[in-house]
Amino acid sequence: MGQYTLFDIAGPIMVGPSSSHTAGAAKLGQFARAIFDATPTKVHFLLHGSFGEVYKGHATDRALLGGVMKFPPNDARIKNSFEIATEKGLHFCFEPGNMGPQYHPNTVKITLENEGRKMDVVGSSIGGGAIVIDQINGFDVHLTGNSAEQYFTLVIQNENQPGMLAKITGFLGKKNIRIVNMQSSFLAFENKVLSVLSIEKALTLDELLDLENEEGILFVRSLNKIAS
Amino acid sequence: MASSFLFHNAKELLERCHEHRMPIWEVMLNYELQMSPRSKEEVFKMLEERLQVIFDGIDAAIAKPEMSASGMAGKSAPLLAVAVRDFKELDAGLLLNEAAIRAMLGAVATGENNARMGVILAFPTAGAAGVLPGVIYGAKFKLGLTQEQMVQMMLTASAIGIIIANTATLSGAAGGCQAEVGSATAMAAAALTEVRGKTPECSLHAASLALKNMIGLACDPIGGLVEVPCIKRNGIGAVFAMSASDMAYLGVESFVPFDEVVRAMREVGDLMSPKIRETALGGLAVTPTGQEVAKRMGLLHIGDNACSK
Repeated sequence: MGQYTLFDIAGPIMVGPSSSHTAGAAKLGQFARAIFDATPTKVHFLLHGSFGEVYKGHATDRALLGGVMKFPPNDARIKNSFEIATEKGLHFCFEPGNMGPQYHPNTVKITLENEGRKMDVVGSSIGGGAIVIDQINGFDVHLTGNSAEQYFTLVIQNENQPGMLAKITGFLGKKNIRIVNMQSSFLAFENKVLSVLSIEKALTLDELLDLENEEGILFVRSLNKIAS
Repeated sequence: MASSFLFHNAKELLERCHEHRMPIWEVMLNYELQMSPRSKEEVFKMLEERLQVIFDGIDAAIAKPEMSASGMAGKSAPLLAVAVRDFKELDAGLLLNEAAIRAMLGAVATGENNARMGVILAFPTAGAAGVLPGVIYGAKFKLGLTQEQMVQMMLTASAIGIIIANTATLSGAAGGCQAEVGSATAMAAAALTEVRGKTPECSLHAASLALKNMIGLACDPIGGLVEVPCIKRNGIGAVFAMSASDMAYLGVESFVPFDEVVRAMREVGDLMSPKIRETALGGLAVTPTGQEVAKRMGLLHIGDNACSK
C-alpha cells in the first residue's frame, strides 16, 4: 500500500466479523450485481480456497448474497440475507470448489441469471475489504474495488474488429468524459472483446443507448460508484 | 513551498507538531486534508459518523445480548453491563474504577457485536476493533469528553496507526496479535494522553509503553473466528491502554522511543511461526477446547486470516 490515509486506519464501517471474509465478500456480490445490471432470479457461488473452507463461520455466504442484493458491507441486513433473498424469490446456492492455483485463496465465481441473461463474474477479496474483479464472462480483467469506489465504470463488449477502441474512446471524448483507466481482453473462441473503463462522469441513459447502437458494439453496462 | 503535514514515523510526526505548533490530532487532520480531496467539514462528518457507529455498536450489544453462531461469544458484555449499572454497590469488591470497567464493557460489547454480525468500525482492524471504542467509552464518562474531543482522540489514534502501518503492520496474519490488539492499545494510549492535555512527546511515550508490553503476542483464534481470545483481549487491552496512559500522564517515560519499539515489534512478528499468525494452527486454537469448537463448526485447518484488514 502507498501512503496511508486517515480512513485506512479509522475504517471501514462494516458488518462483522471479518474484513476479508465478510466486508470484501459483500463488495464482490455488489460488484457482480452491478455488472449484471438487472434483477437476477438465480445466483450460484463457487467458493475457492479459504472462501470454500471457512465461509460458514465468517458469514461469507450471507455477505456475498447480500452484496448481490445490493447491500453494501456496512448494511445490517447482510445478517438476514438468506431470509430476504427467499422472500424476494432469489434462488441461491453455494458450492466449495477448486478453481486452480492461479487464483487468490479468497476467490468466488458468481453466476447470475434471469430469464433474459446469464453472466459470471470472478473476483477476489485481497485483504482489508479490498477486492479485485478477475474475470467477466470468461474475459480476463483486472478491476479494483478502489477504482469502482472513486469512478464510474463502463463494461463494453464488442466484436473483434479494427477501430472499435477508437470508436469507444472517441465517443467518450466527444462527450467530454475523461478516461481514468482502461483495459481490454480478447476471448478467442467467441472472437469478442470486453473492455472495462473507469471514467470520471456517468453517461446518461441516452448516451448509453447511443453507444450501444454503434456498429460492432454488443452491449454496454454502466456502473455507478460502488459504496464502500 | 507550503510546509507539509505528512509524516511516516514518530520522529517526523513530532517534527510536524513542532513546526506547526499543533497537537498530534491537528497534524493528523491536516495530513488528511493534504492527502485527500475532502474538505475539513467532510472529514469531521465522516469521523462523527464513525463515532456514532462505535456508540451504536456498544449500545446494541448491551441492549440486546445475543450469542454468536459458534456459541463462544455473547455472555461477557451483559455481565460487565451489570457492573456498570450497579457500580456503586459493587465498587467495594472491585479493584478497578468505574472508567476502567466501562472501558472493558465498551471493548467487549464491540467485539461481541462484531462476532454476531453487527455493524462495527474496523479501527484499526475488525479483530482489534474493541480497544478504541472501549477507551473512548470509559474516558467519556470519567473526563466528561465532548464529541469534539472524542473525534480528536480518533485522529490522534489514527496518526499512531499510520506510523505502525508504515513501519510494521496492523495485520494479525502478518505480525500476530501484537500488530492488532497491540497496535490498538498503543493508538488508544496516545489518544487518552493527548486528550488530557499532554504533549505529543508524552502521548508517544504512552504509545511506546503500551506497545512494548504487547510485543510477542500471538494471534491464535479458535477456529479462526474473531471471538476467542480476541474479544476479551480487547477488553483487557482497553484497560491496559489506560494504565500506559496514566503512567505517561504521571511523567513516566519509555526508555525506547516509539519508532524503535515499532521496528522491534515488526522484527518479532517476522520471527513468529506462521502457526501463531492467524492460521488457527497454534496456541489457543489447538487446545483441546479450541479444537472441539473448530471441529463442531467445520472450521479445522484454517489457513487464512480471519480478523486482519
